Amino acid sequence: MSQTAQLHVSFAGPLVTFQDGGRFGSLRFGVPASGPMDRLAHAAANRAIGNGAQATTIEVSRGGIDLDCVTGSVTLGIAGGDCVVDHRGSIESGWTVITMRPGERVSVRAGEWGSWSYVAIAGGPVVSRWLGHSATHSMSGLGGGALVVGEKIDIAAARVESVRDGEIPVPDFARSTGRVRVVMGPQDHHFEDEAIVAFRESPYRVTDAFDRMGVRLAGAPLPLREVLSIPSEPIVRGSIQVAGDGVATVLLADHQTTGGYPKIATVVSADLDAFTQLRTGDVVEFEPVEAAEAVSIARHRAAQIEEYLGTVVSPGRTMTHRLRAENLISGAVADHGSLD
Amino acid sequence: MSSALNTPRYTAVGDCGVLVEFAAEVSDIANDAVIALDHVIRSAQLTGVTELVPAFVNLLVVFDPLVTDHQLIEAELRSVMHLSHVAAEGRHHIVPVCYEEQFAPDLAVVAAASGLSVEAVIDAHLGGEFRVAMYGFAPGYAYMSGTPGVIHVPRKPAPVRGVAADSVIIAGPQCLITTIEMPTGWSVIGRSATQVLRPAEADPFLFDVGDRVSFSRVDLASFARLVEEQ
Repeated sequence: MSQTAQLHVSFAGPLVTFQDGGRFGSLRFGVPASGPMDRLAHAAANRAIGNGAQATTIEVSRGGIDLDCVTGSVTLGIAGGDCVVDHRGSIESGWTVITMRPGERVSVRAGEWGSWSYVAIAGGPVVSRWLGHSATHSMSGLGGGALVVGEKIDIAAARVESVRDGEIPVPDFARSTGRVRVVMGPQDHHFEDEAIVAFRESPYRVTDAFDRMGVRLAGAPLPLREVLSIPSEPIVRGSIQVAGDGVATVLLADHQTTGGYPKIATVVSADLDAFTQLRTGDVVEFEPVEAAEAVSIARHRAAQIEEYLGTVVSPGRTMTHRLRAENLISGAVADHGSLD
Repeated sequence: MSSALNTPRYTAVGDCGVLVEFAAEVSDIANDAVIALDHVIRSAQLTGVTELVPAFVNLLVVFDPLVTDHQLIEAELRSVMHLSHVAAEGRHHIVPVCYEEQFAPDLAVVAAASGLSVEAVIDAHLGGEFRVAMYGFAPGYAYMSGTPGVIHVPRKPAPVRGVAADSVIIAGPQCLITTIEMPTGWSVIGRSATQVLRPAEADPFLFDVGDRVSFSRVDLASFARLVEEQ
């Protein structure tokens, strides 16, 4: 059963945007996939309320967001980092499902760790699309776009799934251990030997120069063999490019599709979601793996995610839900009391 | 500049890509090889390939690591490489451009740097035979080679902000039609009446890599009419 609902954005920090799973297939035309910085948290927020894993969510930066429910009722799934959710005066750790009723407010703020969280909406927001997707390309603003204070979010077919309310389990791989696996190259041959040693053996810090395009690192310099400008060539999400000053940048969701700086290594996709959740000052150590091992890691992680999302989508996903299910009748009365 | 083609070099890119490189430096012959391989792979429909990204001297083959791997992709590329001797002929586009001063703030500077009159710069640009070598930087930014040598100018020392969409810009041998308002250090010499990025169309990108492009001159009135008709 669905109905219309409307949410009002009463506060939004910078870099708060609509994102669906991503706009794949147009790299050859200069268009990166965009989509969520943390694809795992985005999928978890969606699946926990019964949405498809790629459905449009609100990506929330550390600045946070306040949403007021104006009309209708709708269930929200919230996940990512250690976000803190305040709903009806009850403050809980993020990774939770709540149901909004008219007049209620939910606030999402950053917690102890993490940089991005996701608000999934049961039924999905009415949102503008570009090339078939709501994923916002931050450089151009194309796609669903940034959310600004005062904006109204319409939900054409809002669902109330209060049976799903409550915590969403957090998989252990949601948070980076600081160990980031990479495949060396494709231009590691352009670097001095000392650069390769430094990259493999010394720690690098995440700096405050970050956005959806990438994050600059600080640490031992990575000198190039010669000051060279290589022909502009393809970039992927996770490419670690090194500018002439020897400083590395890890390219992320809204990366340029080509660039002329040598790439010393590429982060394996299994470690990229958690990497985006790191904050300024956090330390990472790069661990090179062979390409074949990187494929095994990707397959192993895909199986883990599939199993995890299978758990998340089940309304009986936690002990709380199982206890509530055993007390089904009172739960049903509480949910549909107004219909009696 | 080297025009030699190397034996293709295959390099793993992360857990989902193979980069095929034909040369270390930009040349038409290297870009021909990239474009030819791009066409061959597309018609061969290799299993698990999700994206192909052609660039000046190399082609990135992106694959789904749940379906295939670097070794399988490299073997398949080696098996089709012999089919890609001739660059496929791309389509030919004629793009109408208005070179009036209001759209061409850098024409006079390019003229001074080239030792030519403004009219001679426009004629040189109109005489160029361009080819789309790759897309990059921003959505729909198609890098075209073929700017005639007499009007090669370097990038400006610093990018200029707020360059309008559909601007025709040049730097060195390259030419590009912008799609969104962006900063650029290239020289702005005109405004295209045709958009490269057309999100409402079934085929939203006007060019494919390898297509040939030439420019025709339109006056302000024709420009306004053409834009109106879109």
